[in-house]
Amino acid sequence: MASTVAVENLNPKVLKCEYAVRGEIVIHAQRLQQQLQTQPGSLPFDEILYCNIGNPQSLGQQPVTFFREVLALCDHPYLLQRDEIKSLFSADSISRAKQILALIPGKATGAYSHSQGIKGLRDTIAAGITSRDGFPANADDIFLTDGASPGVHLMMQLLIRNEKDGILVPIPQYPLYSASIALHGGALVPYYLNESTGWGLEISDVKKQLEDARSKGIDVRALVVINPGNPTGQVLAEENQYDIVKFCKNEGLVLLADEVYQENIYVDNKKFHSFKKIVRSLGYGEEDLPLVSYQSVSKGYYGECGKRGGYMEITGFSAPVREQIYKIASVNLCSNISGQILASLIMNPPKAGDESYASYKAEKDGIIASLTRRAKVRRSLEDAFNKLDGITCNEAEGAMYLFPQLSLPQKAIEAAKVANKAPDAFYALCLLESTGIVVVPGSGFGQVPGTWHFRCTILPQEEKIPAIISRFKVFHEAFMVEYHE
Amino acid sequence: MGRKGLDYEDLNENVKKVQYAVRGELYLRASELQKEGKRIIFTNVGNPHALGQKPLTFPRQVVALCQAPFLLDDPNVGLIFPADAIARAKHYLAMAPGGLGAYSDSRGIPGVRKEVAEFIQRRDGYPSDPELIYLTDGASKGVMQMLNAIIRNDRDGILVPVPQYPLYSAAISLFGGSLVPYYLDEEANWGLDLVNTRQSVAAARSNGITVRAMVIINPGNPTGQCLSEANLREILNFCYQENLVLLADEVYQQNVYQDERPFISARKVLFDMGGPISREVQLISFHTVSKGYWGECGQRGGYFEMTNIPPKTVDEIYKVASIALSPNVPGQIFMGLMMNPPKPGDISYLKFATESKSILDSLRRRAQIMTDGFNSCRNVVCNFTEGAMYSFPQIRLPQRAMDTARSAGKEPDVFYCLKLLEATGISTVPGSGFGQKEGVFHLRTTILPAEEDMPAIMSSFKKFNDSFMEQYQDYSKL
Repeated sequence: MASTVAVENLNPKVLKCEYAVRGEIVIHAQRLQQQLQTQPGSLPFDEILYCNIGNPQSLGQQPVTFFREVLALCDHPYLLQRDEIKSLFSADSISRAKQILALIPGKATGAYSHSQGIKGLRDTIAAGITSRDGFPANADDIFLTDGASPGVHLMMQLLIRNEKDGILVPIPQYPLYSASIALHGGALVPYYLNESTGWGLEISDVKKQLEDARSKGIDVRALVVINPGNPTGQVLAEENQYDIVKFCKNEGLVLLADEVYQENIYVDNKKFHSFKKIVRSLGYGEEDLPLVSYQSVSKGYYGECGKRGGYMEITGFSAPVREQIYKIASVNLCSNISGQILASLIMNPPKAGDESYASYKAEKDGIIASLTRRAKVRRSLEDAFNKLDGITCNEAEGAMYLFPQLSLPQKAIEAAKVANKAPDAFYALCLLESTGIVVVPGSGFGQVPGTWHFRCTILPQEEKIPAIISRFKVFHEAFMVEYHE
Repeated sequence: MGRKGLDYEDLNENVKKVQYAVRGELYLRASELQKEGKRIIFTNVGNPHALGQKPLTFPRQVVALCQAPFLLDDPNVGLIFPADAIARAKHYLAMAPGGLGAYSDSRGIPGVRKEVAEFIQRRDGYPSDPELIYLTDGASKGVMQMLNAIIRNDRDGILVPVPQYPLYSAAISLFGGSLVPYYLDEEANWGLDLVNTRQSVAAARSNGITVRAMVIINPGNPTGQCLSEANLREILNFCYQENLVLLADEVYQQNVYQDERPFISARKVLFDMGGPISREVQLISFHTVSKGYWGECGQRGGYFEMTNIPPKTVDEIYKVASIALSPNVPGQIFMGLMMNPPKPGDISYLKFATESKSILDSLRRRAQIMTDGFNSCRNVVCNFTEGAMYSFPQIRLPQRAMDTARSAGKEPDVFYCLKLLEATGISTVPGSGFGQKEGVFHLRTTILPAEEDMPAIMSSFKKFNDSFMEQYQDYSKL
């Protein structure tokens, strides 16, 4: 009997989409990891080093205690009736938990909430946005989601009617965007970031890509910006941001601003400015530009990937469109409550004068110092890459990654073709098999055709970095000799 | 020069087609009235904790400890947490390197999936493979992923029971597929009518539809009926003959209020049948922590299990799951705890068993109270709620009521439910949100309001209904 769900009968959009961050290389790494367990010594390395994914707490980063105290008390509110908790929890985590529970109807953290998320928590987030930007935010504009990703899918679903609807996406990009566009049957319209100018964005290039797409009959609906960038790490200059906003307004594009790395900036000469702030600073209001801003609990100094907390703030959409967004959100009923609470905590952390402030600040500073050291780690990784022949690496101003460029010799490119792999995937596979280091090939993110890259996180523990660098060096030099012209 | 902004007209048509009445017009109106100060009883969604059901203690203790592992280091932790909760928290933390804050395997934590497999094995008597069990942020996400994988275009049809839980119709609209209805037989306690189902399939095919899958909801939502073993065999044979994937929504498997038809999983029956059919019928089974006696809707914990799905298809499903990176880890732990609850002899067992039994016994009583209450009302006929969490009474509206509704631009059952809401504060969902036979009207309410509130709610309903019927009765016909 022919299978109705044999792969040839599946939705072609599913077959088409790709997501390299947990793709082939990673699956192979997991197999090798199992092999290390069952046959120790059978490989030229002792451990797999996952540098493929921005998952800080899996590599030793600690959660912020205050946040976890509040969440634990909300998970088990009965604790608030017990005197003993005074010796186990900080006093302001207890009062914050009580305050949050009072915002939840019936204090029932196990109930489905409003489909946009608990109103009181959205008020908190709106206040946090207002305080960050200096421009007011509205709780009704906020949709809490299971991580930021579902909010991206929702907008792609809304915007893409058919294969002639295009979305402008930076190249290189975080492949959620390419995957989501493929899944929803749209056209990805690339705009190339300029590697020679630190992954800078030229609005004239974006305009050219837009016009080119239009001349091919593509109706370009939206522009995605990732700021700070992933995989590239660049923080946009404010002037660039103004250019982007004006461009979207003039061209009638929805601006989708992925700002999940807003609290991961490692250089003193750049600051995060939200696109909402930029839009409002230009005097644009609700009538002028549809904007969706994404934030997540997974990154920053909180790094709570496993919680699936995030939100999108939607502004500049008409009421009928907002109703549709609400309607689609309501089919899933609501996002997980614990993640909602956490999203409100990161937008309203302890402040100077609060009892937990000192310990919270010490932890936050400690994590940021660690990330900054990893930024130096980034520096030492960056330096190491730059010292090797055939690799150059731009500075990562923010986010959690390095994205070095490889100059692969022609012989390597041919060997890759024989192996039926993209050249950078071939390189990454060889790297994995020699060293146990897992990176994601640049072809998973998009790149200027004929250039090759890989993405490596800056998250490995500091003490492992020298070993990573030396193993990498040995591998790379051998690879370049083997495939020498 | 582009258009200004984004207009409604420019949206994806499939999005516009989606309807989800559970949080639609009635709910929005109820929320407005609530803001104006009216007391509303929300019976529009199966949301037990929102109506006063308390969470089970043990899982909350375990998850709180996992959330704040520093507690485990404190010498005083044993004063407020029982030893088995402490041990169980350590068990889950050991399974989740990086704790609750790290993305897990995209399919879910392997150790939890093993607990799910072991539960399935104990329940059904057949082994289950953790590699084919995927945890999801609520069962709905799993349903959406599967339907998205199956539906290629508008000529792909999915057999869906009528009435159904409108996640199915919404997802089919969203993904641009075709809903092929099969009507449950209200006169036969919402029983399965395979003759009607075959007719539906034939009609769909003659319209050029390729029927790909069949959805069953067992116990049913909104109808509550529990499928018998014979029913399940019929369905599995049918799927085998017609080459359909069976999507078995079994989220209410713990909610059964009669003893004639206990819950049997589709998978168990499939393997009992043996032979080629047991190796070839493709089955996806869904479960959740949101229902049962756990009612932990807000955690978003669910799973789907794949049976007889080709390996390359499993790879594609894995790929789509990986884009979302991982389901939320606390929700996964809730699932592990539900699959592997305290056992006799455990310190927390007695309390856990008492809490669970109390909830289930009360649900059983409320199912009866509500059914009887509706049947005592004029022009209302209500099948017994055999399972799940809902009552789905048929409201026999007089012609004048239907005419008044339509001239107000409303479907008759929407009109009735709005009037009910305004008079009593009871927020239900009109039957049209679930599908029903032409001209036959229903509403869906839950059996979840607290037991002590039930008599007042039913009498409030009766008072409204009987006076509504009096008002709109067409006396010229008498």
